[in-house]
Amino acid sequence: MSITKVTQHPTQNEELIFDRSQTGRIGYRLPKLDVEETNIDEIIPSELRRQDDLDGVPEVSEVDVIRHFTRMSTWNFSIDLGMYPLGSCTMKYNSRLNEKVARIPGFANLHPLAPVAGAQGALALIYKLQEDLAEITGLPGISLQPAAGAQGEMTGVLIIRAFLDKRDGEKSRERRVMLIPDSAHGTNPASAALAGFTVKTVNSTAAGLTDMEHLKKLCDEGGIAGLMLTNPNTVGIFEKNIKEICDIIHQAGGLVYMDGANMNALVGVARPGDMGVDVIHLNLHKTFSTPHGGGGPGCGPCCCTLELEPFLPIPRIVKDGENYKLDFNRPESIGRVKAFYGNFGMMIRALSYIQTHGAEGLKEATESAVLNARYVGHHLVEDFDKPFDSDPMHEVIFSHKKQTRKGVHTLDIAKRLIDYGFHPPTIYFPLIVQGAMLIEPTESVGRQDLDAFIDAMKAIAQETVENPDLVINAPHSTRIGRLDEAAAARKPVLRWQPDMETLSKTA
Amino acid sequence: MRYIPNSPEERAEMLELLGLASADELFRSIPADIQLGRALRITEPLSEIEVIAEMERLAAMNTASRQPSFLGAGAYSHYSPTIVDHLIQRSEFFTSYTPYQPEVSQGTLQYIFEFQTLICQLTGMDVANASMYDGSTAMAEAFLMAQRVTRKNKVLIAETVHPEYSEVAKTYTQHGDLKIETVHFDKESGRILSDDLSKLDDKTAALVIQSPNFFGCIEDLESLANKAHEVGALLIVVVTEAISFGLLKSPGACGADIVVAEGQSFGIPLSYGGPYVGLFATKEKYVRQMPGRLAGVAYDKNGNRGFVLTLATREQHIRRDKATSNICTNQGLIALAATIYMETMGKKGLQEVAMQNAQKTAYAAKEIAKIEGFSLPFSAPRFNEFVVRAPKDASELLEKLRTERAIIGGLALSRYYADNPNDFLVCVTEINTREQIDNLVKSLKEISN
Repeated sequence: MSITKVTQHPTQNEELIFDRSQTGRIGYRLPKLDVEETNIDEIIPSELRRQDDLDGVPEVSEVDVIRHFTRMSTWNFSIDLGMYPLGSCTMKYNSRLNEKVARIPGFANLHPLAPVAGAQGALALIYKLQEDLAEITGLPGISLQPAAGAQGEMTGVLIIRAFLDKRDGEKSRERRVMLIPDSAHGTNPASAALAGFTVKTVNSTAAGLTDMEHLKKLCDEGGIAGLMLTNPNTVGIFEKNIKEICDIIHQAGGLVYMDGANMNALVGVARPGDMGVDVIHLNLHKTFSTPHGGGGPGCGPCCCTLELEPFLPIPRIVKDGENYKLDFNRPESIGRVKAFYGNFGMMIRALSYIQTHGAEGLKEATESAVLNARYVGHHLVEDFDKPFDSDPMHEVIFSHKKQTRKGVHTLDIAKRLIDYGFHPPTIYFPLIVQGAMLIEPTESVGRQDLDAFIDAMKAIAQETVENPDLVINAPHSTRIGRLDEAAAARKPVLRWQPDMETLSKTA
Repeated sequence: MRYIPNSPEERAEMLELLGLASADELFRSIPADIQLGRALRITEPLSEIEVIAEMERLAAMNTASRQPSFLGAGAYSHYSPTIVDHLIQRSEFFTSYTPYQPEVSQGTLQYIFEFQTLICQLTGMDVANASMYDGSTAMAEAFLMAQRVTRKNKVLIAETVHPEYSEVAKTYTQHGDLKIETVHFDKESGRILSDDLSKLDDKTAALVIQSPNFFGCIEDLESLANKAHEVGALLIVVVTEAISFGLLKSPGACGADIVVAEGQSFGIPLSYGGPYVGLFATKEKYVRQMPGRLAGVAYDKNGNRGFVLTLATREQHIRRDKATSNICTNQGLIALAATIYMETMGKKGLQEVAMQNAQKTAYAAKEIAKIEGFSLPFSAPRFNEFVVRAPKDASELLEKLRTERAIIGGLALSRYYADNPNDFLVCVTEINTREQIDNLVKSLKEISN
């Protein structure tokens, strides 16, 4: 028998599961049915039943599944592999202890509609986390129901809307303008639109801060419902005028919503509630280390002042003597934003994170996160354009300005970083910096790794001068090269079908 | 702090290099009057031993998690193969971000593509997205999408859609110009009341039907699709029990235009209500109106096939206030768990588990109906849930069952429907043994006397 060598190891050639499927393979076993079988036609008539025999659904063994996903997993970069400096995303260490406690059967097997007398532990945990987040943000009204940051934002602006409607009655109609800086996350305007607000854009100054004159001018135009502000803002700079900004908005009759995406720069150091902010969302999957999981799940608690507390989503989790209960009787509530009580599994992880750190550990994490970003900023300032002079907080922004004259752009630098073993930073965000590279190391990176990242960035700057094509054609080390995204969008192939390859290649 | 690699000495060196005397100086850009200036009033740092002990203490207070249970109503207790939870704990999956850099995210992108395909196969639809937060928010997004597609402003929703889903849809649409009207159910069959469909008119964007509905009754989706289409409305089908896909005719085959579902049944722990995973599928012609992320096929310059996130111009990071949805973070890892579940169970497993649910439920329904004073008020065919009418107040009966027999017998419908205080909803899955079912029947008999 002759052996043919494959050109690539099989782990690099893993097909779609549908191509692996073989009729008759089995990956499961259920107990035998232990009740008398009734003729299925008597239970569900045939016209209501599937007739397609689940056509196309794969048939594979347990071993096939294990190998399939293990092989595919090796094509991913991950925090556990190394520095993942995505600005605004806070890719910090996801502790195994958090994973372990979230899987305790008393939590994992608890049905959301279980009688509250049999679910006191879960309610106590939610209540405890609410208390800790109130202390961390300085905002005492809290709902953990929102499933992610964008839903927390939506909750926050719906609360602003409900407050204005109550305060101003019919006249609230004249107050529909939500101010949002040009540097904001796209979710901010999208969430504001859901609450029926019209978005007006606030400019940033050359120093990367909110343009106070422009803010005042917009407020003078009237109709202000509120402001949605990220702080530190999306270029990583603290809005030092935050108190004045809040005053201006309040004087204009509006409320201030803070996007808490960047709370990793503030925990234990400063609190939104002390700055004049009315409502904020947190991302437990950023600041409090619950895993990003390749896109989710998250948890986006909404924290607000006592004045706004009556408008939070129902049910509220409240303490009644020694017991915890669900309070549905909140007539001014904006309503429910999600079935049940939110992503409870993420709340367990976040509380485990908080308890493991304690007050001093949380502050230490904040300091280390800011120090790491400052360190990277310090070392790259010679080689890359740093558009703002101010000291960065937990993330630092650069642009491709020094490299474009050689034809090298941010995307190329990002792809070349992959060859050096790093995940690229957030690129082309925020939109106010052309060719932005937003670098957030987080506290979870040690000095050697920071130095290696700095060396890689410097090497790329060097390559840009000496051999720009090397950078422009990167990455060179991956399973596949740059993919033609434009072609993919022109004729989208969004599911497997037996003739998929032919379909997509004729695109 | 053991999660922070740099030692205090290393940090001091780094500060010195930056010309800073102390860590406090890192925060000079924050005005002093808004700095906290004191320690947070939260716990001292706890060791692993202490955190685990505290969490175990709380978990032990959740007595309901250990009792035989017949609760369903949008969250279901099912078998999950061991490899599901094992595989999602691989670092490469759970500690990665949204796959914006495809060259180092092909693992995530390929499973999303498989997930989208499997959801299409099960729902009978053309395209599915990479997930929504849960079934309830998926339904709310479907309302908004139907409004965009039809440019009409009325949605008719069956009273038998999960009540919490309806509440979420109301929250999402309260400031749009969408009118939501309710279609009532037939008190005999438990299905939608045909006469009430006269509310369908040429202003209707969508008819929204859950099947199996909140009472467990399977709706005649084909005739409902025809009625919706006659007036130019879309049919939105809501499924809270995804295991039913293995046995019931797919919503797509019945004529649905949008299918939304809760995917928790696909191997996801109950976890007191989340994280779960929302499924969202539609027809190809509506793809550019869809919310959420989509993965598609792409090629590199050497012709190698890979996957990328595509059609992003629908999304908030490009379209901002004109986006089809504000969603960004979704339920990626839970979608992975569901994908592993569906592939491990495979064609045969999905069919067998659905069949076992239907059989065990039929057995339980038959036995409960035999108890004196108990009846099953609805005649429509059922999958794995059904309403029981007790001879006395259902909340009291269930509480007695819990405290005296340590059984969670189901959900008193008075939580959501005021009309019949004696009604409760029972769910039976492959997890419930015959012994548990027989014990439920025996206990109901004894305590209702």
